Amino acid sequence: MTDAFVYDAVRTPRGKGKSDGSLHEITPISLGAQVLTAIRERNEFDGGDVDDVAFGVVSPVGEQGAVITRGAVLAADYPETTAGIQVNRFCASGLEAINIAASKVKAGEADLTIGGGVESMSRVPMGSDGGAMATDPAIAFKNYFVPQGISADLIATKYGLTRDDCDAYAVESQKRAAKSWKENRFEKSIVPVKDVLGLDVLATDEHMRPDADMQSLGSLNPAFAMMGEQFGFDSIAVQRYPELEKINHVHHAGNSSGIVDGAAAVLIGTKEAGERIGRKPRARIKAAASVGSEPTIMLTGPEFAAEKALKRAGMTKNDIDMWELNEAFASVVLRFMQALDIDHGDINVNGGAIAMGHPLGATGAMIFGTVIDELERSGKETALVTLCIGGGMGTATIVERVN
Amino acid sequence: MAYEALSVDVDSDGIALVTIDLPGQSMNVFNEALMRDLAAFIDDFISNDSIKGAVLTSGKSSGFIAGADLRMLGGSQAATLQEAFENAFNLNRTLRKMETGGNPSKALMKGEAHAKPVAAALDGLALGGGFELALACHYRIASDNPKVQVGFPEVQVGLLPGGGGTQRFPRLAGLQNAAMAATQGKPMDAATAKGQGVINDIVPAADLIAKAKEWVKANPKVTQPWDKKGFKFPGGGGAMDPRSVQFFIAASAMAQRETKHNYPAVERILSCLYEGSIVPFDTAIRIESKYFTKLLSEPQARNMIRTLFINKQAAEKGERRPKDVPQQELKKVGVLGAGMMGAGIAYVTAKGGMEVVLLDRDQDYAEKGKAYSEKIVQKGVQRGKVSKEKGEALLARITPTTDYNALKDVDLIIEAVFEDPGVKADVIKKTEAVIGPEVIFASNTSTLPITGLAKNSERPEQFIGIHFFSPVDKMPLVEIIPGDASGERSLATALDYVRLIKKTPIVVKDTRGFYTNRVVPPYLNEAMLMVKEGIKPALIENAALQLGMPVGPLALTDETSLELGKRIMESTQKELGDAYQPTGVEDFLETMVDKLGRLGRKSGGGFYDYPEGEKKRLWNGVSEYFPEADDQPSLEDAKERLLYSQLAAAAACYAEGIVSDPQSADLGAIFGWGFAPWTGGPMSYIDTIGVDAYVRQSESLAQRYGERFNPPDAFRAMAQKGETLYAAA
Repeated sequence: MTDAFVYDAVRTPRGKGKSDGSLHEITPISLGAQVLTAIRERNEFDGGDVDDVAFGVVSPVGEQGAVITRGAVLAADYPETTAGIQVNRFCASGLEAINIAASKVKAGEADLTIGGGVESMSRVPMGSDGGAMATDPAIAFKNYFVPQGISADLIATKYGLTRDDCDAYAVESQKRAAKSWKENRFEKSIVPVKDVLGLDVLATDEHMRPDADMQSLGSLNPAFAMMGEQFGFDSIAVQRYPELEKINHVHHAGNSSGIVDGAAAVLIGTKEAGERIGRKPRARIKAAASVGSEPTIMLTGPEFAAEKALKRAGMTKNDIDMWELNEAFASVVLRFMQALDIDHGDINVNGGAIAMGHPLGATGAMIFGTVIDELERSGKETALVTLCIGGGMGTATIVERVN
Repeated sequence: MAYEALSVDVDSDGIALVTIDLPGQSMNVFNEALMRDLAAFIDDFISNDSIKGAVLTSGKSSGFIAGADLRMLGGSQAATLQEAFENAFNLNRTLRKMETGGNPSKALMKGEAHAKPVAAALDGLALGGGFELALACHYRIASDNPKVQVGFPEVQVGLLPGGGGTQRFPRLAGLQNAAMAATQGKPMDAATAKGQGVINDIVPAADLIAKAKEWVKANPKVTQPWDKKGFKFPGGGGAMDPRSVQFFIAASAMAQRETKHNYPAVERILSCLYEGSIVPFDTAIRIESKYFTKLLSEPQARNMIRTLFINKQAAEKGERRPKDVPQQELKKVGVLGAGMMGAGIAYVTAKGGMEVVLLDRDQDYAEKGKAYSEKIVQKGVQRGKVSKEKGEALLARITPTTDYNALKDVDLIIEAVFEDPGVKADVIKKTEAVIGPEVIFASNTSTLPITGLAKNSERPEQFIGIHFFSPVDKMPLVEIIPGDASGERSLATALDYVRLIKKTPIVVKDTRGFYTNRVVPPYLNEAMLMVKEGIKPALIENAALQLGMPVGPLALTDETSLELGKRIMESTQKELGDAYQPTGVEDFLETMVDKLGRLGRKSGGGFYDYPEGEKKRLWNGVSEYFPEADDQPSLEDAKERLLYSQLAAAAACYAEGIVSDPQSADLGAIFGWGFAPWTGGPMSYIDTIGVDAYVRQSESLAQRYGERFNPPDAFRAMAQKGETLYAAA
């Protein structure tokens, strides 16, 4: 099979996902078009060389609906011959889009592709697409549906992770993100977002709270306690995990991922396609995998996805130098570290979504780019990128640096 | 046209007054005759140009229609699912025809066609199918009679409203109101119904028919709101409206919390609301009928109908009452002993309309016993559940006293003094010295054999046991225990009394623990054995709750106290001597009570801690003495063990004739100790899985956990013959 190489990765800074966030005035299609434009201009290729663009979008309705990727391709002045597809695997959409883009290359279906994602959570709120999984009683009952916050608290309860554990993790995430920005570690990937006048509206992640400490986080009330008790979600979680007496609610806005707007794009292609556009590959995609896992606890998929990807790559966890797991909730990362016995120093080394935010459809592509940059900066060889996913799934991708 | 279940009277305006009046019944129910007549009338109504409109009403003072004939539903035997669906859809088809005038909905939408108006005039209960008939009318008018109640009780027997109720109600009152009404099954009064929009008007009873006709006359061409273009659900809908999304997520979650996945009717009601609110009405009622058919085709609804409705009603109506004994008039009852049980008995007796002489050794105690009723009444008045006058009248019926002479004109004695043969003997003697010679003497003992106590009586044929459960005002079951010498009149009187206090009686044999107290201890012991083996207490409690028990066995043990459990065990040991069969929890109770001081809820905690002002939580110290096992059973295994410990004891009771029929065994289980109601009771459960499957499973459990799980020989024999408990009984 043909190798899929990574030639470049760009992302927007993440704007607060509210009406006062800096990116709120930017349409999602413009966010998508801006990263597509940036990656083309940086790599000086003719847009016509790109066969297909896959973007993850988690709420593909309204202005994010109707295959936003194709709209973004046209808005970014790519030639009309470049196709676009919209991918939804909830929170791993961005990474899955990269995997699909890479698969097309590997399978010989395309030479040069772009994987990425876009989400303007301030303009198209989470849950705008409705859907049956939570709403249709027939499936909600069958799957013991609970919202993600309850699942995150369930993980904490089941695996003995305390509020302090989660808060300490969050404080560290903020510190690492602040340090990374200070040391310009994101410099290679960040593309400031411009408004209709061409003026910069945002050049850095604006969700961060570098001064967060145990005390300030300690004052926050658990976010999902009331919902869990009032609506019965705690009872559902206990019905599925009857060894637990009750759910310990440890998560809040400070140790969960932030709601933000943003977009990202990653350029992938064959060796020959790289030569044709005159770019050197930065990394090679070794393996990828997606799995389903128990849907009530929902967010433990990464551990199984990672194991599956490692197996497919013929690797063991000791072959991985660096881990990146989306910080959807602190307990998700802590449980992953516990399950695979990973040192905190080897995972999410530049901080994550707790500090910088989680623009649902784009996150997978953003952290993928972060990992490429970090492999080059640190001189390490291999990394595994993974995300937990709604409905009980996990997606993981293994990359290795090639120069 | 000749009808059986209704009569039609067309007035000079051409308005047909349709009076539903089932012959030979005190209450109208939806049965085959009414279905047939209604369909025939509607055909005639639509085709007959001289009839301009109709008013539906009832010829019964008891109300409009009290629901479906559950005997008909429970016994329905369609050969195929398709046929069952067609049967179920008949009602929807008929009602739809009435509301559309037989016109296709497209013609109604375009305004090209209309229906003739039909109004429902409600002067009492309109429940289940009766309410659905009313909802299919174009207008609903209720009298100001406080007896007017509308609602959907179907869920209480494992069914859903299958006559368009899950579709018309939400289209009139919104999804949330509909979910409440249909999943909780509680009826509502006319004012509430009007507030929600499911009743249009409330008028004085005398004007009911006239007002209904007035509306029909004024509205010669009608179309239901959902058959008009641009119809929208009140408060948002269908299911993809963002407001409905939140509602459905929460409704499903709350329903799962309440039902623990044991009651598919609740889930399917929500499915009817969800799916039905996305599609046009004609599709929606087909979906409803399909879910209804599904419920009817499964054993749960049939079991629930049989136990919770048919057999419960039969028991309450005195099925076991000796027929030849004339009805006993009970105006005044003497309650002996004003402790917790006596106080509760006094309350339910006074509530049942009888005078109560509440006697205790000490006037203070007697007064305290009455104070119990005062507290309940006060709460009831505060919550608006009982009027102040009624509450005061109830209390006035209770006379606390220490004077045995006050018993001289009572019609029945219920004794609830300390459980000591000597004390009881003394009280029996003193009482019989003053009461009339015909008066029946009932003892509320829970541990002493009635035959033995009756030996203290001068009139053992008038001596019987009536065993209440604590708290008396809340627990719906009583066990009636005839002793060896008890005569027919004592049984008849006891049943007459129970009927007055509106509880459910079962008649049981005079043996240690009677029925319920024979079954509950082995079940609680099983839970303790599981703790002893190192099974996580949370898993045990959750397994019981998910089985459908109202509380976990460890929480229940805390309530009754471990100390009491230990005392009973010790006295049984003493009494039986060598014949005592160890249960395996002897040393466990000793450790918990003597070594660890975990006596129960009232003594600072048992399996749980009870921090002040907080929810109780499992005491984690237990694992220090009974270390958590590395291998924990699956939820299914834990549930099975707790279930079969109850099935085994209940089966033994039935085999030994302690309860003489499966009906009583089922009623006693559900209403006595809260055995999972969705099963219809332990005997229904065994029949449902098959006696042979029960026997096999029991034997397998006996191999794994001990002899106590073995099925009685009688059950083995039934399994071999392929019999079922209910058919054989």
